[in-house]
Amino acid sequence: MASDVSALQLVLSGDPALFAIVRLSLYVSLAAVVLAALIGIPLGAWIALTNFRGRQGVIVLLNALMGLPPVVVGLAVYLALSRSGPLGSFGLLFTPGAMIVAQTVLVAPIIAALTRQTIEDLWIEYRDELTAMNLGPFGRVAALIWDARFSLVTALLAGFGRAAAEVGAIIIVGGNIEGFTRTMTTAIALETSKGDLPLAVGLGLVLIGIVIAVNALAWTARRAGERLAG
Amino acid sequence: MRAPSSELPIEFDGVTVAAGGVTILDNIALTLAPGAPTVLIGPNGSGKSTLLRVAMGLLAPSRGRITWGGLENVPPHKRAIVFQRPAMLRRSAAANVSFALRAAGVPRAEHARRTGELLRLVGLEALADRAARRLSGGEQQRLALARALARDPAVLFLDEPTASLDPVATKAVEDIIRAVSERNIKVVMATHDFGEARRLAGEVVMLHRGRIVETGAVASFFDAPQTPEARTFLAGELLI
Repeated sequence: MASDVSALQLVLSGDPALFAIVRLSLYVSLAAVVLAALIGIPLGAWIALTNFRGRQGVIVLLNALMGLPPVVVGLAVYLALSRSGPLGSFGLLFTPGAMIVAQTVLVAPIIAALTRQTIEDLWIEYRDELTAMNLGPFGRVAALIWDARFSLVTALLAGFGRAAAEVGAIIIVGGNIEGFTRTMTTAIALETSKGDLPLAVGLGLVLIGIVIAVNALAWTARRAGERLAG
Repeated sequence: MRAPSSELPIEFDGVTVAAGGVTILDNIALTLAPGAPTVLIGPNGSGKSTLLRVAMGLLAPSRGRITWGGLENVPPHKRAIVFQRPAMLRRSAAANVSFALRAAGVPRAEHARRTGELLRLVGLEALADRAARRLSGGEQQRLALARALARDPAVLFLDEPTASLDPVATKAVEDIIRAVSERNIKVVMATHDFGEARRLAGEVVMLHRGRIVETGAVASFFDAPQTPEARTFLAGELLI
């Protein structure tokens, strides 16, 4: 398998073009997860702790949004960011910024839905104690998010996995411009269709390696944390 | 010694609690006054836990009213409760206590000292850094007591604090309850353990099917029960 050998060589030699692609992929997906967490965790906690009309509908919708098709998100963000779109004046289309926006839209529902479930379960367990301690709403939310922190890491990981793996949204809003908006997934799609299989396989190996490494890191941190905090 | 608190007496005036067509407490009239512990006894489902929740202010009566020191709607600043299965925060034992101190509005500068005192009181100072959820059942119950006492309560409600504990753990918890009561904190405790009621009670309130069937000083209740329900229950027969 000649292509496998050269793919491996490409990865091991630290090819600068490949390195730039990997770095952009990580930057986009991690930025999207951070933004999605800032939106999704408070939103999920709020839905978990608040009773309002249509709450059940919101929960169903949120769970459904976890499976948003990336190409549809890409199209929607494309329309919003295009010159004539409502957010066109920012000039974000075909930049890494647009890719971050698209992946944030994809990941935020995942983090919000998983946070809602986690916080709601913990609230059932803690409700009596926190009420008896006469804790106000902010104190409750802070205590629940802090005590759910290990489960919330899993929610963030699920979001990162989704962002790192998707190609449909970022290829539409980023445009797969070499050296500027080309990521691992868009490059794999392009190189495969061009027939440059060694680069595609090399990038695929790196992508899988990164996802495994991030999960291993988070798992280790979670185990260590649980030993200390129960 | 504590000055008489505005929390006491706690007066139940015709308190009824109903949920989903079931009457859990039925026209309760009861005064919880300062002094020796009041022990609620009665079979499972007799309404002991619900009575404690109403007294704590966690549950509003469906009918009737409850007053603390003559007032309605007194926020629970000087009341504390230990539930039958206390939830342990996913933190260390010490952090569980300091969380309760913070919730009670104790200044941060005093947290370390007070946490140390409270853990010493319940005999958990050696386990301060242990994850609370890794503690044994008896240790968790004692930690829950420390957490409740962090509120510096005038009245402490305990829901079957020694259920499912072995004799050694039970004695540790009962010793703490006795020490708490000697600090002039009013203890109101639910149990279905007669021995425990005898050891700790000043007065006994017996509940059956949501009603108070008999109230009395501990000695007279156990030695000369007045009602057939109390006699049946004390004889160890099934009270249905």
